[in-house]
Amino acid sequence: MSIELVDIHKAFGNKQVLRGFSLEVPDGETTSLVGFSGAGKSVTLKHIVGLLEPDKGTVHVDGQEVPTLSREQLYELRRQVGYVFQFAALFDSMTIAENLAMGLRKQGGFSEDDIRERIAESLRLVELEGFENRLPAELSGGQRKRAGLARAIAFRPKYLLYDEPTSGLDPVTTTVIDRLILKMKKELGVTSLVITHDMSSAYRVSDRIAMLYEGRVLESGTPDEIRGTENLIVRGFVEGKPELVESGEEPRREGAQRG
Amino acid sequence: MKRPPLIARPVGALGSTTLDAVAGMGRFGGFLLQTIRALLDVKTWGPLLIFQMRRLGVDSLPIALFLASFTGIVLALQASYTFTGAIPLYFVGTLVGKTMILELGPVLTGLALSGRVGASIAAELGTMRVSEQIDALETLAYDPISYLVVPRVLAGVLTFPIIVMFANVIGILSGWGTAINLLDMSTEEFVRGLRLFFQPFDITYSIIKTTSFGFIVTIVGCFQGFTTLGGAEGVGVATTRAVVISSMLILVLDAFWAVLLL
Repeated sequence: MSIELVDIHKAFGNKQVLRGFSLEVPDGETTSLVGFSGAGKSVTLKHIVGLLEPDKGTVHVDGQEVPTLSREQLYELRRQVGYVFQFAALFDSMTIAENLAMGLRKQGGFSEDDIRERIAESLRLVELEGFENRLPAELSGGQRKRAGLARAIAFRPKYLLYDEPTSGLDPVTTTVIDRLILKMKKELGVTSLVITHDMSSAYRVSDRIAMLYEGRVLESGTPDEIRGTENLIVRGFVEGKPELVESGEEPRREGAQRG
Repeated sequence: MKRPPLIARPVGALGSTTLDAVAGMGRFGGFLLQTIRALLDVKTWGPLLIFQMRRLGVDSLPIALFLASFTGIVLALQASYTFTGAIPLYFVGTLVGKTMILELGPVLTGLALSGRVGASIAAELGTMRVSEQIDALETLAYDPISYLVVPRVLAGVLTFPIIVMFANVIGILSGWGTAINLLDMSTEEFVRGLRLFFQPFDITYSIIKTTSFGFIVTIVGCFQGFTTLGGAEGVGVATTRAVVISSMLILVLDAFWAVLLL
């Protein structure tokens, strides 16, 4: 079972964000979706858990067609998918332990002792032992991201979705988060989709990388294939060279004018 | 794109405002239906109800009682000032009692709570919306309407009438204190006036009004919080809207109940 997005179109008002976006995240692998800020990466992620519905196209997760699921079926599916938010989205008024317990309580079948044990184990996995009784406001940015990851893995999902897991972090903390992403794959065997615009991070954690551009996948491949790409826009993006991006955009613009 | 002629612009603006208002009402209707449906999800909202009743209700008592006590004083003094030489002074008790129970207790408390409760709900849920905490609830398989909206709305509906009953009592007591200390009245005279036109329906009327105010203040606060867009500025806009809209609706409902029930 895997995650598959097929020909997704999504507009907000007059702004067309996704225009025929298709991507498959193979089982047991980590795929990174990279692209410019505002390209629609987070919008893509929200389609996978049914937080957004596509105007056209469909999404398959774990063999189920997400847009056709009933509310109850969608909640059932969400218990298989952990979502790590860009700014962690921890519940401010709760301690870290209470944040982690939320998903477990909803899933049911855990005694209070099981929940305490699972919380401690999840916090140990993200190297935040002893943080159970802290409030989110007492944590640094990197610690908050790790706590967000701990909440996402607390109910041991099959799939993990990371929305900009390293944005706004210093290089050392970025590496720590990257190692955690690799650790989750190794120790929990999860299938992951990572949204990022940090290429060094994408190279470190990914089995495959896809670039989102103008609402669809412009290119996808292994990290080595992306490094060696001939596509000027992709090269410009991964090497951080705006002039290459402009050179790549020119023929597209001319084509659009002619067509 | 060519701009429309000057004369057509106000018409265009009116049309677009009307469309926005109709779309907003449609969204509110949908939100209301979702809230009604979420009432069935007792397992989610049940454990949170008492906490919200304490937060939105019990914690609002001091402001409601403060308002009521000063309103009672003013009512007694103004009644005495108006009645002097024309109407027997024991009617001060009548006016204080009737006005507190039928009008000022419910409406002043409702307006104060739209500021305290409505604003705090809109700001809290608005912040949760812009920081993706509401999305996070969804991903943890919680229905955010059951978890966030239903306990707040039920807490408002259940506690507002209790708060207003306390406010009515305090308003009447402060009117009585004013009458016997500052006006030339005895307790017997005040109580005589108080009982003169009192009907048990007055209490029912007050409860009906405040229940509807409790519903309006909380549901508008929740809706504004849920539909917050943008960052801190969006939260500010949602909070202001929650207070303005719920205050206006309180006055509209006040007139509605008067026309329907009196």
